[in-house]
Amino acid sequence: MLKKLGDYLILMSQVFRKPDKALIFRKRLLHEFYNLGYTSIGIVLILSVFVGAVATILVAYNTDNPLLPEKLVGFSARQMIILEFSPTMISLILAGKLGSQIASEIGTMRVTQQIDALKVMGINPANYLILPKIISCLLFIPVLIIFSIVVGILGGWLACVLTGVITPTNYVVGLRAWFEPYTITFAMIKTVVFAFMITSISSFVGYTVKGGSVEVGKASTRGVVMSSIAIIVSDLILTQMLLI
Amino acid sequence: MIEVKNITKRFGDHLVLDDINATFERGKTNLIIGQSGSGKTVLMKICIGLFEPDHGMVTFDNRSFSNVKEKYKNDIRKEMGVLFQGGALFDSMNVEQNVMFPLNMFTDMSYEEKLERVNFCLKRVNLDGVNNLMTSELSGGMMKRVAIARAISNSPKYLFCDEPNSGLDPITSELIDDLISEITQEYNITTIINTHDINSVIKIGQTINFIHKGKLWWSGDNKSVISSDNKELNNFLFSTELTKRIITK
Repeated sequence: MLKKLGDYLILMSQVFRKPDKALIFRKRLLHEFYNLGYTSIGIVLILSVFVGAVATILVAYNTDNPLLPEKLVGFSARQMIILEFSPTMISLILAGKLGSQIASEIGTMRVTQQIDALKVMGINPANYLILPKIISCLLFIPVLIIFSIVVGILGGWLACVLTGVITPTNYVVGLRAWFEPYTITFAMIKTVVFAFMITSISSFVGYTVKGGSVEVGKASTRGVVMSSIAIIVSDLILTQMLLI
Repeated sequence: MIEVKNITKRFGDHLVLDDINATFERGKTNLIIGQSGSGKTVLMKICIGLFEPDHGMVTFDNRSFSNVKEKYKNDIRKEMGVLFQGGALFDSMNVEQNVMFPLNMFTDMSYEEKLERVNFCLKRVNLDGVNNLMTSELSGGMMKRVAIARAISNSPKYLFCDEPNSGLDPITSELIDDLISEITQEYNITTIINTHDINSVIKIGQTINFIHKGKLWWSGDNKSVISSDNKELNNFLFSTELTKRIITK
């Protein structure tokens, strides 16, 4: 375990170096924005709208009491979406999608000697392959999470309109009640940490693959599992540190 | 010229290379031959810096390549072309992008200049007009030739070929051998080839180093290799049924 941690830190020290050629780095960064970020927009939006709707219905069901104001539903749904659902749950979904994609891509390059080919050309393969992925995810995943928050809240409103659990007006009043901008900052801090974990851990797992195609498959799964565990553990630590 | 001095390498308790000394000359095809597991691939990987030797050093034209900072290694690596056993072409790129890759990374040439160089290299390996094919669309022989084109695109001083004939039919093997030999002489490159292909040994082995049980067992050329009385070398060279029958006749 300690050796793995040491290897991970050594890899990261190779990743965070000056790129061999700035123009190539920019091109790779744009490619990764598309490859990792843009292609994830669809799944994030679909999940967010439905989970936002379900969260609203569940809160309404659990607070169905004449003593509790209806606006509490909108307030609770907003807090749930901003504080936990969008940053954590969407990051877990992205760990599945991006983690397996990154680990299998880099792992295949490792077992087919493409990484060795880069190295013997005099290129830093860790920097060339991993840095654009990390930077693009650090910049793009927070944007995805903002989309998710907006669409999740919209999903809650749609649930109110379509099912009538509470009136849409009361939902909107609840959304605007007791709003603290810090919750958005908290969500963004968590997102950036999770984005780094997803990309760096799955890149490490792919980069250190030994063997053949079976091992690449296993590495892909391991990348997802390790990233997910890291997200959940750091979620607890960050919530404790930043909210309480 | 590449010199290998007192190279020793262990993996755990297993001694893979034991005090290897060899010189690989410029403008010649220098062969490292030996059975599978004899240590020749490890020796080549030490030469290109994928493994560090436990003891000894490698020099490129009197510039040390062992136990030096990665930056100095990379400066020398930029003068190398390496042909890996499986080609190691970038599978997300097409043929043109693969051959152009070293030029993109290490030169400030315009796109037109790079394209001209790519087309020249592809023509040199008899593969013109395949620029837009993906690597998955290439045959084994084509892959090797694209890999050679990529290796020579940035005009290397040193060319390393790991089992260039593996998995190829005899005719394509000969084509690859001829190509490597011609390129070596044409561009005055120091070429090191790792092989256990007997045809290559006889045809292009201008210098031959036979590695056996991790030791440099025999050195010579393709003229002296046939007449050698070294038992292990003869066992290696004439181990196939075909060569045995030819000798008996």
